[in-house]
Formats: sequence, C-alpha cells, structure tokens
Amino acid sequence: MKRLLIALFCILSLPVFAQEHAPTVEEATDSEAFSPGEMILHHIGDAHEWHFATLGDEKEHGIHFTIPLPIIAYQAGKGLSIFSSSQLAEGKTYNGLKLEHEHLIAEDGGKVYDFSITKNVASLMLSAALLLGIFFTVASRYKTNKGGAPKGVQSFFEPIIIFIRDEVGKKAIGPKYERYMPYLLTVFFFIWFSNLLGLLPGAANLTGNIAVTLTLAVLTLLITLFSSNKNYWAHIFATPGVPKALLPIMIPVELIGVVVKPFSLMVRLFANITAGHIVILSFISLIFIFQSVLISPVTLAFGLFINMLELLVAILQAYIFTLLTAMYIGGAVEEHHHDADLQIGGDNSATPAHGH
Amino acid sequence: MPPLVTPELGLIFWQLVIFGLVLLLLAKFAWRPILASLKEREDSIESALRMADQAKLEMQQLKVGNEKLLTEARQERDKIMQEATQMANQLIEQAKTKANEEGGRMIVQAREAIQNEKNAALAEVKNTAAQLSIDIAERILRRELADSGSQQQLVNSYLKDVKLN
Repeated sequence: MKRLLIALFCILSLPVFAQEHAPTVEEATDSEAFSPGEMILHHIGDAHEWHFATLGDEKEHGIHFTIPLPIIAYQAGKGLSIFSSSQLAEGKTYNGLKLEHEHLIAEDGGKVYDFSITKNVASLMLSAALLLGIFFTVASRYKTNKGGAPKGVQSFFEPIIIFIRDEVGKKAIGPKYERYMPYLLTVFFFIWFSNLLGLLPGAANLTGNIAVTLTLAVLTLLITLFSSNKNYWAHIFATPGVPKALLPIMIPVELIGVVVKPFSLMVRLFANITAGHIVILSFISLIFIFQSVLISPVTLAFGLFINMLELLVAILQAYIFTLLTAMYIGGAVEEHHHDADLQIGGDNSATPAHGH
Repeated sequence: MPPLVTPELGLIFWQLVIFGLVLLLLAKFAWRPILASLKEREDSIESALRMADQAKLEMQQLKVGNEKLLTEARQERDKIMQEATQMANQLIEQAKTKANEEGGRMIVQAREAIQNEKNAALAEVKNTAAQLSIDIAERILRRELADSGSQQQLVNSYLKDVKLN
C-alpha cells in the first residue's frame, strides 16, 4: 500500500517537472512564431516515433530525444513493408513512402494501409503489459494466499474488483452478471490505467484517441447485441405502452438509440481525456504566449490543479464507461419488463427505474 | 474530417488485437481465479457467521436449560428443607406429648401408689386401733366380770338387745 502511494505521488509530481522542463524544450522555438494550437494538436495526436524532448534548434541542429518505432505498411501492389520510422525522419522517403503531418502516404498517390506500431500502439502495449503483469500477480496471490486475508497489491485491487462486481455488475446487469464480469473488469482497468499513463509527461494520449474509444464502444455494442434476448427486440419493435400508429416513428428512434448509446460512450471518453490534455497544454502554452517567467506560477498552480482533476477524471471516466456498458448489457439481458426506462434514458442512474 | 476525430485503421486493428488478447488472458488467468476465490471466501465467511449464530442460539438454549435445572434444584432443596423442618417439628412435638403423657402416667402411678400406701397405712392403723381396743376391752372386761353379778348384768343387757331385735 505504501509503495503504491509513493508511486502515486511520483506520478503526481512528474507533470510538475514536465512543466518546469517544458520551457527549456520549447524556448528554442522562440525564433518563429509560437502556435499553441499546432503544439497542442501535435501532443494529443498520434505519431510514428516517440518524441520526448528536443535540445537546441528544432529545425536545424537540435538534438532529438526520440524512440523510432516500426512502420508496418501494406500497399496493394507492393505488399507488406516493415522498417524503422527513423528512415522517414524529417521528410525523407523510403520504399516509396513518406510522412506528411504524421500521416503515411505513398509518393505515387496509391492507397497505403498503415499498421505501424505508432506511439499510441506502443502505449497500448505498455498498458496491456501493465494489466497482465499486475493482475497475474494479484491472481497468483489468491492462489498462494488461499482463504487468507488480502495482502499487498491484492488488498489494493480487491475492493475495486468487488466494487465493480457488486455496484456495477450485480446492480446494472442482474442475476446474469457473472458472464460479463471479465469484460467489465478488463474495460475498467484498461481505461483507468491508460488514462493514468496518458497523464505521464511524454506519454501518448491513448484513451483520448477516437480509434481506441471507437473499438471499445463497438465491442460493447457487439456484446450487447449478442447477449440480447427477445424482450430487448420486443421493446424496440413493439415498445410497450405506445399506440400502434406511433410505431413507424418509434422503431427508427429505438434503432437509432441502439447505435447512439455506444456512440455516446465513444465520444464521452475521447472528449473527456482529450479535453483534459488540451487544458493542461494550454496552461503550459501561456508561458510562451506571454513570453514571461512571471506567468509561470499561474501556469504551475492551474496546471497542477487540472492534473489533480485529471487523476479523478481518469478513474471517473473508466467507471462511467464500465457502468454504462453494464447498463446496456443489463437492458439487453433483462427478463421481465417493468423498468423499461433503463433502456432509453438510463445514462445517469444505476437504480432501476420505477415501473409504469 | 479533421485528423483528431478520424479513427486510424491501424490503431483500430491493434486495439482490437491487443485488447482482445488482454481480455482473453485476463479472463482465463486472472478474473476467473480472482472472482472464484472472492466468492469462496465470502461463502466461507457467511457460513462461519451463520455457524456462530447457531452456536449462540444453542448456547442460549443451554443457558435457559441450565437455569431451569438450577431453579428446579433450588425448589427441590427448598421443599426438602421445608419437609425436614416439618418433620423435626413434628418429632419435637411428638416427643413433647410423649414426655407429657409419660409424666402424667407416672404422676398417676405415684398417686395410686401413695393412695395404696395410705390405705395400707390406714388399714394397719385401724387394725392396730382395733387390736388395742380389743385388748383394752378384754382387760376391762376381765376386771369387771370378775364378780358373777356383773356377769349376769351383762348377760341381761345382751338379752335385752336380742329382744329388741
């Protein structure tokens, strides 16, 4: 527990260092006009290399601290090509491919399918390794410490696992919750860990990437659809309590609702995490906009405050995503029909709606 | 569409592959054993609590039984004590009456004895007195009847008495 707390404080304090270091990195760009929008978009976007810092002039003689990442590209004519992203650094072309605004394109204008291990994919692997490492350790503790009181890392995660099981799984899904626990737990801890990793300086904005949240939302949609019973479809095609004449309007509305629910999941997570990153980066940008060291206390104070807030948002968004997923699944597997409200507008409450 | 909200195919692919892999591995090797042992522990705690409750109930019943036994024993003791006291009283009473009776009987006997003695004494006194009287009378008679006149006189007096009868 103590070690975890120390780790937490380390994570907390790192962004502060990052903000102190940031001037030395970015001051070199004084020569040209500083564009905060461009800088922010570059930071929250994906990249084919993992860039940490640049010392000196960025355009000419600067020293870049970067990790080149593998590029995996598939072209219809040429097949698969795998090489290091350092081959494409600073606008170079390799194998008929080049990077334009971090986007892989072919010189001859042909279609390129980019399966590169980008910064986000690398960060995704890091999250996955972290998840596997931590929860395999926790699981092995349960084996070695059978029947005993939880200890160490096990006692940190056990209440969270129990909370997800009891407050999210059991309450939102009902008696069939056990089948869905692995997905709920994995989604919760994946989003939480990725959110926290994204707050580290130099880290990727994984959960603030629309592709990642899209994939998670589609998985939720698929699980919902595949576990749905006839009540779920009866509710869509013959909504109880609605006159027959209104059904031509209600059926499209309900069908849109099926898609809108995961869509809201996708946008909510993406927007919350990206917005947090943008706000922190904006406060850092203030230093370069005002070009004065006097503004740095304000930047530091607000930046730290937003960072604390982001720590809360990290777990909150993971919880919300998991809870809503559980509620959508709960609506699909529900047996009797009295709390139909849950399916339409159950966005903000886990308590079963009152009967009609 | 701006690049920020354009999902990249490559990232979707990797997210699907890696997340799916993590999901499968965690489900099989982490969540299943964790949830199973959590459930097992909760069940064992619940059964232990239930057993404790039952033991408490049994204890209470035992205590009630004990108390009942104790009261019964106490009642028994009281009864025995009472009976014993009664018996003792009775015995004392009996002894007293018996003693009284005995005393009374002895007194009566003594009285009777005294009466007998008294009667005997009286009889003796009477006899002695009679003997004395006879002796005296004999002596007087011997002296008075020494002459024949007086003897005649006496015979006459007797005859007088006989005529009267």
